[in-house]
Amino acid sequence: MESVEEEEEEVRRIVTDEEKLEAKNFNIFDLPDVPKGLPPHLELQRTRVVCEVGAPLHATGTIYSGAYISSGVDNSVNLENFSEDFKVDVISLTETDMVFDMIGIPQGIANAFRRILLAELPSMAIEKVFVVNNTSIIQDEVLAHRLGLIPIVADPRLFEYLSENDQPNERNTIVFKLHVKCPKGDPRRKVLSSELKWLPNGSELLKESAGGSTTNPKTHTSFSRSQDSFPEFADNPIMPSFEDILIAKLGPGQEIELEAHAVKGIGKTHAKWSPVATAWYRMFPEVILLKEFEGKHAEELVKVCPRKVFDIEEMGQGRKRATVARPRDCSLCRECLREGDETIEGEANSKGKAEAKSEGKAEAKSEGKAEAKGKRDWVDQVALRRVKNHFIFTIESTGSQPPDVLFTEAVKILEDKCERVISELS
Amino acid sequence: MEHGSFKDNSHATFTLGEEDHTLANAVRFVLNQDPRVTVGAYTIPHPSLESVNIRVQTTGDPAKEVFKDACQELMQMNRHVRSVFDKAVTEYKAEQERKEKKAAEELQRQRELFGSMDIESN
Repeated sequence: MESVEEEEEEVRRIVTDEEKLEAKNFNIFDLPDVPKGLPPHLELQRTRVVCEVGAPLHATGTIYSGAYISSGVDNSVNLENFSEDFKVDVISLTETDMVFDMIGIPQGIANAFRRILLAELPSMAIEKVFVVNNTSIIQDEVLAHRLGLIPIVADPRLFEYLSENDQPNERNTIVFKLHVKCPKGDPRRKVLSSELKWLPNGSELLKESAGGSTTNPKTHTSFSRSQDSFPEFADNPIMPSFEDILIAKLGPGQEIELEAHAVKGIGKTHAKWSPVATAWYRMFPEVILLKEFEGKHAEELVKVCPRKVFDIEEMGQGRKRATVARPRDCSLCRECLREGDETIEGEANSKGKAEAKSEGKAEAKSEGKAEAKGKRDWVDQVALRRVKNHFIFTIESTGSQPPDVLFTEAVKILEDKCERVISELS
Repeated sequence: MEHGSFKDNSHATFTLGEEDHTLANAVRFVLNQDPRVTVGAYTIPHPSLESVNIRVQTTGDPAKEVFKDACQELMQMNRHVRSVFDKAVTEYKAEQERKEKKAAEELQRQRELFGSMDIESN
């Protein structure tokens, strides 16, 4: 309560300690009417890739932790936030294929997993082919190349790498034999991958030893024990993933006799060692109708989408409205954004054209054009976006290992790489 | 390999051999999330050579430590991913088994129902 006299004097207030503490802890964002977080257009930029008719916008993420510091928003993804927000949803899982969602993971790490799945996961594939006899029309090297590409069901974690100085033994080599003949007088026959026989005791071909010694002749591998005796292979014999892969065709009188050695390798060296048929991811699509689509426009929208993303919803009183029913199926073909003639009017066009055919094509065309009404201009009415840290991963395995094991191994390999860098630096 | 200066150890370039975008992009992401970092970037000098240069500039802390911390954090994130993934897969498999059991039981029940019906009609 200030009297009139006090107002005329200089007001000197005693600042209490409480007020000092308040001033220190003052945060402008605690005030009731200051908006928290980023304004909506910046939030859109930060978390979504906007797909326009021409090209996508905001595709590169802002990963700098201090990007929005002036708005009081912490853009960092440190371990605590990550552990809280990260989620995995398995959509489907069979022995060879897997589809799962990863939510809350940054794009760089998801891509690292994909690259490792394709190029740095080891698997077994035929590398050396010892040809004894090949009278078919498929050349030796072409045959060897084809044999290398056949996927083999053998867990590579049970084997070691074979380097140049090592002896091939039961720990690093798998030996197959192929001996097929097409007798004279028989029709042409196919050679399928089921004819590859596994030799658990190692190579049967004898090495030529100089000097003609009387000791035991050596073969091309030195197996100290049969691979059959290993517990993993006792019940599951090693064989190609698929039995019906066509290797070659033989005419009458032709023969193929060879021995193939399979070793461990990674996809970086040669694609035959890639354990996945393929692995890919896509970002989760988001489809938003910015304006209401009613009646005829709604039907048009539903018809235009090739993936059936939209659906009609009855609103009572016979009115229809379009809704987004399955945004996950959207392949971002942008058909719903494309300009074009409205097909509902177009049906009238075709009728007019059919009638006027007898009159002459040119006249029918001009009639048709006059009937066509508005062009579709839905570019502003449908928003296609992708969510930046929600990935739909698909992994298709060739059969040597189930896809969930492959993914776990890929994550382990990225961990190992980090560890190697850390130990190099220390 | 670290290329830096002895006087100022907050700026350095690390050359990693036998690495490519796989590791470098992932590390670059984690590096930029660290508030001590002003510059975190990588470049591949030539695609035929398997080598990556990662540049780290910090606000005072030694670049080596910051880079090591980033790698550690990436490792821990990976471990977390693995555990969450394994849990999700086991849950899914359990769910599938449950569904199959239910379907098999349902089929069995229906068979019994039809079986009894046949006897009645005969």
